[in-house]
Amino acid sequence: MTAFFVQTLNGLASASSLFLVAVGLSLIFGVTRIVNFAHGSFYMLGVYIAYTCATSLSGALGFWGGVLAAGLAVAVIGVLVEMLVLRRIYSSPELLQLIATFALVLIIKDAALAIWGPEDLLGPRAPGFTGAVEIFGRAFPTYDLLLIALGVAMLLVLTALMKKTRFGLLLRAATEDREMTDALGVNQKLLFTAVFALGSFLAGIGGALQLPREPATLAMDLGIIADVFVVVVIGGLGSLHGAFVAAIIISLVKAYCIGLGSQTLFGVEFEFSKLTLVAEFIVMALVLVFKPNGLFGKPIIHSQTSAAVELPLGKPSNIQLGALLAGILLLAAMPAVFDEYTSVLATDVLIFALFAASLGLIIGTAGLGSFGHAAYFGLGAYGAALATQAGFGFLSSLFLGAALALAAAMVFGWFCVRLSGTYMAMLTLAFAQIVWSIVFQWDAVTGGSNGLVGIWPPEALSDRDYFYWTTLTVCGVGVLVCWWVVYTPFGYALRAARDSTVKALAIGLSVKRLQWAGFALAGGLAGVAGAVYVFSKGSISPEVSAIPRSVDALVMVLLGGINTLLGPVVGAAVFTYLQDTLARSTDYWRAVLGAVILLLVMLFPRGIVGSIKQFAQRRRAA
Amino acid sequence: MKTKLFLLATSATAFFAIHSASAVAQATIKIGEINSYKAQPAFLEPYKKGWELAQDEINAAGGVNGRKLETIFRDDNATPGDAVRVAEELVSREKVALLSGTFLSNVGLAVGDFAKQRKVLFIASEPLTDKLTWANGNDYTFRLRANTAMQTAMLVPEAAKLNKKRWGIVYPNYEYGQSAANWFKKYLLSQATGGVEFVEQAAPLGRIDAGSVVQAMLDAKVDAIFNVTFGADLQKFVREGNTRGLFNNRPVVSLLSGEPEYLDTLKDETPNGWIVTGYPWTEINTPEHKAFRDAYQKKFNDYPRLGSVVGYATVKSIAAMLKKSGSTDVAKMQAAMKNLEVMSPFGKIVWRAQDNQSTMGAYVGKLAKKDGKGVMVDWRYVDGKSVQPTDDEVKRLRVGAKK
Amino acid sequence: MSKALEVSGLKKSFGGVAAVRGIDFHADAGEAVALIGSNGAGKTTCFNLINGQLTPDGGRVSLFGLDITGRSPELLFRSGVARTFQITATFASMSVRENVQMALMSRHREVAGFFSLATSRHTVAANELLADVGLSEQASRPCAALAYGDLKRLELAVALANEPRLLLMDEPTAGMSPEERNALMRLALRVCRERKLALLFTEHDMDVVFTHADRIIVMNRGRLIAQGSPSEVRANEEVRAVYLGSLHV
Ligand SMILES: Nc1ncnc2c1ncn2[C@@H]1O[C@H](COP(=O)(O)OP(=O)(O)OP(=O)(O)O)[C@@H](O)[C@H]1O
Ligand SMILES: [Mg+2]
Repeated sequence: MTAFFVQTLNGLASASSLFLVAVGLSLIFGVTRIVNFAHGSFYMLGVYIAYTCATSLSGALGFWGGVLAAGLAVAVIGVLVEMLVLRRIYSSPELLQLIATFALVLIIKDAALAIWGPEDLLGPRAPGFTGAVEIFGRAFPTYDLLLIALGVAMLLVLTALMKKTRFGLLLRAATEDREMTDALGVNQKLLFTAVFALGSFLAGIGGALQLPREPATLAMDLGIIADVFVVVVIGGLGSLHGAFVAAIIISLVKAYCIGLGSQTLFGVEFEFSKLTLVAEFIVMALVLVFKPNGLFGKPIIHSQTSAAVELPLGKPSNIQLGALLAGILLLAAMPAVFDEYTSVLATDVLIFALFAASLGLIIGTAGLGSFGHAAYFGLGAYGAALATQAGFGFLSSLFLGAALALAAAMVFGWFCVRLSGTYMAMLTLAFAQIVWSIVFQWDAVTGGSNGLVGIWPPEALSDRDYFYWTTLTVCGVGVLVCWWVVYTPFGYALRAARDSTVKALAIGLSVKRLQWAGFALAGGLAGVAGAVYVFSKGSISPEVSAIPRSVDALVMVLLGGINTLLGPVVGAAVFTYLQDTLARSTDYWRAVLGAVILLLVMLFPRGIVGSIKQFAQRRRAA
Repeated sequence: MKTKLFLLATSATAFFAIHSASAVAQATIKIGEINSYKAQPAFLEPYKKGWELAQDEINAAGGVNGRKLETIFRDDNATPGDAVRVAEELVSREKVALLSGTFLSNVGLAVGDFAKQRKVLFIASEPLTDKLTWANGNDYTFRLRANTAMQTAMLVPEAAKLNKKRWGIVYPNYEYGQSAANWFKKYLLSQATGGVEFVEQAAPLGRIDAGSVVQAMLDAKVDAIFNVTFGADLQKFVREGNTRGLFNNRPVVSLLSGEPEYLDTLKDETPNGWIVTGYPWTEINTPEHKAFRDAYQKKFNDYPRLGSVVGYATVKSIAAMLKKSGSTDVAKMQAAMKNLEVMSPFGKIVWRAQDNQSTMGAYVGKLAKKDGKGVMVDWRYVDGKSVQPTDDEVKRLRVGAKK
Repeated sequence: MSKALEVSGLKKSFGGVAAVRGIDFHADAGEAVALIGSNGAGKTTCFNLINGQLTPDGGRVSLFGLDITGRSPELLFRSGVARTFQITATFASMSVRENVQMALMSRHREVAGFFSLATSRHTVAANELLADVGLSEQASRPCAALAYGDLKRLELAVALANEPRLLLMDEPTAGMSPEERNALMRLALRVCRERKLALLFTEHDMDVVFTHADRIIVMNRGRLIAQGSPSEVRANEEVRAVYLGSLHV
């Protein structure tokens, strides 16, 4: 019992800084509707800056001054980011903003590497709070007690700020009802910048306060951002108290999992500590299934700013069909002209083209957010790999991989399409993480973190050019299916549901069922891409279904142009080519890749294909 | 509709606008080195320096068989898929004579399997997974570092001597951690005199909840601890353990913690008396290590880490192999690797013919604090050969290995 | 014979706001009924309750004697209910004709179709409907390029694609010139008479209401305060009081 109590205290101590970081993100989201991926990077910068202060000025001034300095410095960085980058893309589709913040993650990570070097930096303990006090016969760190107190204090301060000040009133108004803020005659720009300053300040402080508990490392940014997303979503987007409660729930669940250790349940030994890998995502999925807007959230009204209206599709013209045929012939002829490695790279491009095109179906045609598309790519890959190991042939394995992905997309999709906007995207993310952690831990079947090796295509296809042609056939057909669907009654119905849900319902469309079918179809097609991928690499390991892979797919779609047929394919080609070339030619390729993405997003908010189309339209109109 | 045609054309040119292959310089022997430089810079920056030191030494002495060594470094983005792609590029476009490198086990396995498929030689330097040379081993893949089983085996005799009954195991929740924990349990059960029992804590890699884990170990009343965490997890674990008194009268046996990469970050938190594997670089004064250390410090104005030794020894092994084979023909290089003897900073190592594993060992000793920094004391070198399972057992372990 | 639409005791509140507080009325086949009331009276909420967009807190809605209370909009569409929206709702990424085709495909249960081009479905029927509402010229234009009045007409065409038995039109003539208004209402009335469908519409333009409605229902703050023929309503004291001077009759 006392062990339980002390684990509760441990959980509360961890919750404090998680709360600070999460509430910052939540406030920013509430006002600007931006899901800021770089918030984790702000947290990381907080730790690094605090480290520099605490080690260059020793003693209490260095440490506590460092905490404050970290908060302020990160606030300044947040403001700069808001003014220089985000302000230019507020009217772009929400997912595009997400990609821009992801590009910032890449840039900030490399900047931190350049400034602080690659080694982990363990900071000093907090002056005055270096030791432990006895609680129930156990030594408990005084600093953890301080953190618990600070967490509660910050909650009170923020509550007072929200309730008692004009700034707080404006924040609440902007979160709950945008038009009301307009009516209050507020300078929106200033409000957005201010909330970014506040949110980033909190991230910086949250990071700085972790300094005595964990070293500054370059992996902290993505390490915390997933947790923070989870907290913000469980609590309800934009909710201050929600973030507090959710941070506590998550931290306690983890602490109790560790406290339970291994237990025998129904005669089976179960290692609870292993659950810490995924506990928060299981909690999030459960909360979202039962409370679609999180614990304390209100439905989010997404502003329809992104209404860059497409032109009607019509029938594919003869010129288009001719171009398609010419394109296919050119692609087929490629190995005759270029070297073998071009075939290898082009194989990757084709696979990612199908992956991105299938995601394009969900986020473009169906207008649904997905952060977790890699789950289906990964399941397709693992399905095919396991089928091959079980002795199935190449084609049957491809088929079984796709079938596994389809089945999973049907199960997960059923829950996901019941939510909307960011909540739906987060539920897809949660399912993807759950898939990832099962694959990661189920050693006996999936090979755990090492994955499975030795999954090569049959001898006849193992030549690089032959495999390229195989990929061109399979993935090409997949991409054509993605394109074709858009022209069919089903694709029209999906678009109808996206353009106006009330109208779609009023003309008798079963919106949820259509979206479910669309989600499942896209999942199955991503599975095909994954299945081909495993044969092109000969091996597979869990990172194929991890968050970065989902983000890659999003980047491809948005880079190419959402709501364009060619967009995802062009995006996949450009992204793969950039990554391949940059990684080869520069040490700081990650930052360069981030900068290129950022520039593209700011200069061509409609994506490459979308912008070319727009340019052509303007020319024609002029 | 002209646009669409135009777009298709541009996307096609995007495909084609790939640089043409660079001319193959006849004079050099090219090595294709693949690693997670961006993802694991703490280990791999020193690794690359060690690599360059060795290569420069060899080339200054006239190269191998009259040809200079040239290395093409490629980042694998810490994913096996990308690693395989750059391996394809190195093999088919850069025409490298062999592949080397990799840090993460999953990447190492993927490249190893690729090597078998494409019939190229692959010298894995760092990945620790046992599977690389055993269950998933093949005739094209060789590995320098002692694997997880061997590293664990170095520590178990020390653990057995402690005569403790209830062991707590803390490990990062992925294959390396799981495998180390399993070997530890297996070896200790066979070596301990009294009965032993185990309490386990698996922590997500890089994100350990150290306070809760330490608390759980205390609540479980363990007598001793086997630690497998490293990096940031280790630092968190040590600090919480120190604060909460976990290490008082409770001996700890810990994998890799004596390596400068991990030890140096602990500074004055360095726990006293932990039994660890590592690399006490200041104190190893064998001629071969002294020469290496001096040259390294002179060239980079920095001290060597374990990564530096691994990079250095990899190049030296490759050079020795090339000298022996006298050719970059794959079959000849494979043959040359068998029982190849190389002088490394740790002394003479042998690339065992049975499982393509080198006998490079590690240093086992105790941690201590000196001038606010962590050092290893009472250390000794454990030859990799001495912790290798018996030939019969290796044969059994390699049953899944393919030609 | 049972009434085309019968509403009894219908209730809905949003949090504290009681938008509809128990109202009863009916509409017959072939009859045009106007639902009027000042802003916020609860008209749109009423429509939303009838066509299933919202679930009522209490009361009953029946269609030709069949209880349809709380059924989903999709199901109601299948039983012959169509509606247009106060804030026009169309499919902005489609052409005008495609909007109508979409409704026709839905009516013919073809939306799961994978093996045909959507634009080739029901073109003839779609063109006829567009001709009926006077949008033939615009048929191939992007729907997003239409003027507000034309969007209203398009909504009518889309609604008629379902061959409804009950047609709900929420402010169908807002944003139109007087001539356009009367033309549209004449069209709606013609369909109403020819196809014997019940037409329920809301409208702020009293000229339109008193010219075209067979019967008028007046709502105020969620309650029904009067109903009857245009002349009866015109004479009603309470209606005059509520509408103050605004009802120049
Ligand atoms: N979804 C909702 N949530 C909360 N209140 C609502 C909602 N919909 C309507 N209301 C409220 O219910 C009342 C009735 O609104 P309704 O839209 O039905 O009026 P109306 O008669 O159609 O007005 P108008 O002539 O302006 O269209 C109003 O006070 C409105 O603010
Ligand atoms: Mg209304």
